[in-house]
Amino acid sequence: MAVTTQPKLDAQRIRADFAYLEELVNGKPFAYLDSAVSTQKPRQVLDAMREFYEHSYTNVHRSVYRLAERATEGFEGARQKVAAFVNAPSEREVIFTRSSTEALNLVAYAWGLDNLGKGDLVVVTELEHHSNFVPWQYVAKRTGATFRHIPIDDQGELQLDVLDSLAREGTVKVVANNLVSNSLGTINPVEKLAAWAHEQGAIMVVDAAQAAPHRPIDVQALGCDFLAFSSHKMCGPSGVGALWGRRELLEEMSPFNLGGEMIRSVSIDKTTWNELPYKFEAGTPAIAEAYGFGVAIDYISEIGLEAIERHEQELVTYAMGRLAGLDWVTVYGPPADRRAGIVSFNVDGVHPHDVSQLLDWEGIAVRGGHHCTQPLMTRLGVSATTRASFYVYTIPEEVDRLVDGLHKVKKSLG
Amino acid sequence: MNEFDQLYREVILDHYKNPRNHGLLDPADARAEGQNPLCGDEITVSVRLGEGDVIEEVGFDGRGCAISQAATSMLTDLVKGKTALEVAEMPKEALLDELGIPLTPVRLKCAILGLGVIKVALHKAKGTPLPEEWGTSTRDLVLD
Repeated sequence: MAVTTQPKLDAQRIRADFAYLEELVNGKPFAYLDSAVSTQKPRQVLDAMREFYEHSYTNVHRSVYRLAERATEGFEGARQKVAAFVNAPSEREVIFTRSSTEALNLVAYAWGLDNLGKGDLVVVTELEHHSNFVPWQYVAKRTGATFRHIPIDDQGELQLDVLDSLAREGTVKVVANNLVSNSLGTINPVEKLAAWAHEQGAIMVVDAAQAAPHRPIDVQALGCDFLAFSSHKMCGPSGVGALWGRRELLEEMSPFNLGGEMIRSVSIDKTTWNELPYKFEAGTPAIAEAYGFGVAIDYISEIGLEAIERHEQELVTYAMGRLAGLDWVTVYGPPADRRAGIVSFNVDGVHPHDVSQLLDWEGIAVRGGHHCTQPLMTRLGVSATTRASFYVYTIPEEVDRLVDGLHKVKKSLG
Repeated sequence: MNEFDQLYREVILDHYKNPRNHGLLDPADARAEGQNPLCGDEITVSVRLGEGDVIEEVGFDGRGCAISQAATSMLTDLVKGKTALEVAEMPKEALLDELGIPLTPVRLKCAILGLGVIKVALHKAKGTPLPEEWGTSTRDLVLD
């Protein structure tokens, strides 16, 4: 009989890859509990990018000399890694963008402006990051479409029972949702929403910026039409993100940015578009960053996405257990088993800005703010929350330090 | 003095916990609201003016961090008896000196939010000058 062991992540070994952990903040070891805003970068990614810049760098897809070939190989190799990472049927469906935000804007503009109009419905959720909310709100307004949202319940989970009544309001054309909420960590039922979207004849647009670093993603299993994510939240450099899109949709769409690289031929009278994915990649891309994105994918894949998911699950369960013991702390969002490694909370009577300022003096980095989710903050009845978020290098001792720090906050300002 | 006592000195905590001139005036001669989009601080300021556009009464409401709320509370004491033009021309240093605490760039925005809002209120009601730095930092950023 085969014995299956669940791979476990060795956070202590991983910590050796991150130079920031060697630094002291205010004389104390640095506890970086703000990975949801952006992760730290391992030496492997930084070294590979330096090596690439030193030995393989020039512009891509242009010249015939050897260096140019190497640069193009590095860049296109990263595209293959991104495609494999989300189980895309083809790497031609993977477009490099500047960020998840740009990827979502690409869909909103290039698909939305041509396909939306009066009587159509654009449906987002109350949990969206502004990047998957504002572009749709804007494009709906530009096209005369109706902008609607799926509300959440008191646990920060989507209320899918509104779907039927939404469908009666018009023709649903777009459903946009994040796979994991960046504010609350809620893991959303994207498969269900995608199935419903397709029943309505709508496209399903998934913001996976907060999900891709933390759990395995399969665009075919999700059944979505577009999926956006970002290198900087998964150990890679900032300045590069990716959009996966269903080929037939990308083929039909108008271009987004126009200029070099995205054309097939240009004359005074007429321009025709390049093939996928280049049709959507005008201008010189973030070459070394895309390469670094690929190395980051190798790095976290080697750790194993299942192991990362389990590690975060343990940390978030531990953190929520400890915070539950503080009756002057309010934790927002679903139970630990239905969320990723993110805990948003408030200390009674103390603004999150002050909480994070005091924690900084303890060497603990957390985010205080609205996390680019103002509609969600309004729903929760708060102007902001304090958010602690975890990643591969986070250890339970850092959660303990957070709790100790909160006791100090309570004593000083509560 | 440790960092806590430097930033959250007693007078700041006092203004935070017992804000002066709290609550909006109705009716008011001038009123404006502003947000700090970075962190979600919100301040609304209302003003009643007397002869010669002298500020007779001022009331504020808002939510946000200790620095933003305490600074606005101190500001309301500071502007009473001044003319609209004097407040329009008041440099941020006048308030920062009163606060007397070291501020990082992010916290500076919290501290001067209320001052920007009152300048906008007076500009809208009385046409007092509003240098660009104040107009853009406190304008309502509503999509339309």
